[in-house]
Amino acid sequence: MTAVPTSFYLVLSALIFVIGAVGVLVRRNALIIFMCVELMMNAVNLTLIALADRFGRLDGQIFVFMVMAVAAAEVAVGLAIVMALVHHRDTTNVDEINLLKG
Amino acid sequence: MLDYAWLIFVPPLAALLVNAFFGRRLGKPAAGYLGAVAVGLSFLVALGIFFGLLGLPAEERSHTVTLWSWIHIGNFRPDFALLLDPLSSLMALVVTGVGFLIHVYSVEYMKLDDEHHQLDARRYARYFVFLNFFIVAMLILVLANNLVLLYLGWEGVGLASYLLIGFWFHKPSAADAGKKAFLVNRVGDFGMAVAIMLIFAAVGAQAGSLAFTDLYRVIQQSAPLLAGVASTVTLLLLLAATGKSAQIPLWVWLPDAMEGPTPVSALIHAATMVTAGVYMTVRMSPLFELAGNTLTWVAWVGALTALMAATIALTKTDLKRILAYSTISQLGYMFLGVGVGGYVAAMFHLTTHAFFKALLFLAAGSVMHALHGELDINKMGGLRAKLPTTYRTFLIGAAALAGFPLLSGFFSKDAILVATFEHHAYLLYAIGLVTALLTAVYSFKMVFVPFWGQPRDRKLFDHAHESPALMTLPLWVLAALSVVGGLVNLPFVATLEHWLEKLVALGPVGKPEHPALAVELALLAVSALVALGGIWLAYRAYVQQPDLAVRIRERIKPLHTLAANGYYFDWAYNKLVEGLWAFSRFLAGAVDQQSIDAAVNGLARAFGWLGSRTSRLETGLVSLYALSLFVGLVVVLGYFLATAIIGR
Amino acid sequence: MQLVLFFVLALLAVAGAVGVVLSKNAVYSALALLLNFAVLAVFYIMLNAQFLGVVQVIVYAGAIVVLFLFVIMLIGGQLAPDALTAGSRRPARVVALIAGLVALAGLAYGLVSGALAPQTGQVQGSGSVQAIGRVLFTDYLLPFELASVLLLVAMIGAVVLARKPTKS
Repeated sequence: MTAVPTSFYLVLSALIFVIGAVGVLVRRNALIIFMCVELMMNAVNLTLIALADRFGRLDGQIFVFMVMAVAAAEVAVGLAIVMALVHHRDTTNVDEINLLKG
Repeated sequence: MLDYAWLIFVPPLAALLVNAFFGRRLGKPAAGYLGAVAVGLSFLVALGIFFGLLGLPAEERSHTVTLWSWIHIGNFRPDFALLLDPLSSLMALVVTGVGFLIHVYSVEYMKLDDEHHQLDARRYARYFVFLNFFIVAMLILVLANNLVLLYLGWEGVGLASYLLIGFWFHKPSAADAGKKAFLVNRVGDFGMAVAIMLIFAAVGAQAGSLAFTDLYRVIQQSAPLLAGVASTVTLLLLLAATGKSAQIPLWVWLPDAMEGPTPVSALIHAATMVTAGVYMTVRMSPLFELAGNTLTWVAWVGALTALMAATIALTKTDLKRILAYSTISQLGYMFLGVGVGGYVAAMFHLTTHAFFKALLFLAAGSVMHALHGELDINKMGGLRAKLPTTYRTFLIGAAALAGFPLLSGFFSKDAILVATFEHHAYLLYAIGLVTALLTAVYSFKMVFVPFWGQPRDRKLFDHAHESPALMTLPLWVLAALSVVGGLVNLPFVATLEHWLEKLVALGPVGKPEHPALAVELALLAVSALVALGGIWLAYRAYVQQPDLAVRIRERIKPLHTLAANGYYFDWAYNKLVEGLWAFSRFLAGAVDQQSIDAAVNGLARAFGWLGSRTSRLETGLVSLYALSLFVGLVVVLGYFLATAIIGR
Repeated sequence: MQLVLFFVLALLAVAGAVGVVLSKNAVYSALALLLNFAVLAVFYIMLNAQFLGVVQVIVYAGAIVVLFLFVIMLIGGQLAPDALTAGSRRPARVVALIAGLVALAGLAYGLVSGALAPQTGQVQGSGSVQAIGRVLFTDYLLPFELASVLLLVAMIGAVVLARKPTKS
């Protein structure tokens, strides 16, 4: 059974990361942007685990554990913000949230 | 005893301080008495200096009194020191003596203002503050032992002149006249400053104190040091002298200066300040002799000025204006004297001129006092009946001015003409003689028109009254001096010459040899004839046949216009100033506003524009910010990648 | 064999990712995300991170996606369509795409040329529960505790943020 080369995982992870990044930049719906961010974080997780496996240490996995915890917290708070924003502005279009304009 | 010479400054200084702070409380005439007495005391000190010097043998009559070390920067160390020698003591006597008489006169005269109302006590006291200040500055000038201290006095009298000319400051003409005097003098002062700097540059090592005695020594022992700059320096000094002594080209301020109170005109613009230029040239005569050519310039400037001013005086009808132009003319004589090496003659004339010109001005003031400020001689007439004392003293003064035989002016003017003759400058002699004729004519025009004949303005005539004693007494004293002043330096007795000879016989020109007895007498006779001839001409023109003057004027109309307009000097200067203003406006507009301001403002605007453009980036769109971040990240990534590849 | 599996799963993962980005409907996006998470979980297991694979399913697929769906439903599916072809931000999109491609190329190149030889890792321990637990409660105790505090704070924050503003 030939093992999958680590670099394959890394390239895949890079691909998913870039897809997520482009999504963040291109989409205007706040929720979808959020989802793309999650995508990016997962790609990073994949990288970490792949490398942890490659080097035979568990540190990468612990890192991923923390990332997951943080991601969970972030999603909770972030969605709360989005909800508040929608209550306030009645739109999820990030282009219309431009109070910083100047 | 001479070491106490500094006391000469104390009374006027003290008086001016007291009058400055307590003048109003002192009131009139106490403030005036204080000022006058102060100058009187200074005169006594001047006498003391004179007798002190007299007691010394002739070779040693040069005593320096150092009051304190003034400036000390490397080689440059002029001290606040006094040089007591025959020349400076003579000047000190004239300044304090005539000054005292004029102060006394002022006590009474200045009780009224220019509109013949009572002058308020504060202004009255202020007048004496300025006048005393002038005395102090003038004494510093004449007693200074070095060029820098002289310059201090020089500037000081300029300031006093400005303050006093513009004393009736509410009159725009007076204020302008003060400004004009100051500004025109500034041109000359600039020349003087540069000259001093050049001298210091040349001989700073040898004579860093710029003391006259040191400079004389340098000239005698190592002349080449100064020979290079001598021409430039002396020309600059001449420029300064023309400013202070109202010669061509800087004379235009003096006629306007008549806006000031009449005693001021007498003291500053006749007897003393305007003579500063003459004094300075005589003081620096060794340097002038070293330069050689400059003395010719001096003589010609003097002669031409004398002639020009005399012609202008003939066309004027304002009593003080005639006297002003006369002063310019007589100062020209003094310059002429200096230019031909007749230093003694020049100083002689300076002294006698101080007597009779001050007398004439004060007498004119007396006339003004009687006629409530009227100065137009065409409105006067027959005043000798109403103002006998004024008339008699004025007559004496005019006669002295005209060179009536045996009066002081006769001898002093003749001395200058003799010097010219000895110097073989026959053309200058001729100019001097013609000017003497004209002088006699306008002098007696001033006698005949206001004082003889019928009154032309009845109302003025009826109100006229003679002046009080405080004014007439100085008139008599000056009249007496105008008569006997000639004794100071009679031909062949030459007292003044002996007094001054050690001082001025330093250069190659030296003192001219005395002509033979016959020549001297002949020249004296010629001068007498000219004077008498001028008086007779005036009599014909202004008493016998009044229309003669008119006919002559018609005949020489263009010449008359030229003279009456002051040879268009003022017009030319006005054009120059206007040109400068136009240039200045151009600079303000094109250079300052349009170029510099535009550049600065333009820069500011450019930044504003840049800012408004870049603020477009602040869209408030977070997605845009994220995009920028990402692009930046890619760039950095690309950079590292690139270096890695290249490194391989 | 594993390679084949890898490629198939990789394809699915990428499909899911693309689906997230390109969907017009937010719900479809969420579901695509779910697919991606699931595939990733499989990958984790393949990489000897069994514990994490399970946690991935529970936390990510089970909680986070559900949360997303809740919010989408709450806000309403009639979200304004922001079709990728909408013109107003065309330049930005183009730039983003190009930048993304460049990034991908660079990353890929970098990663591949990093010469990481395939190796079956000798395990310090596999990513089993016991192994993770051992390490978690010894070497990484502090981060663990901090993570719990973080979760507490996030919970409070979420509650606070979601309140209606009080009229005062």
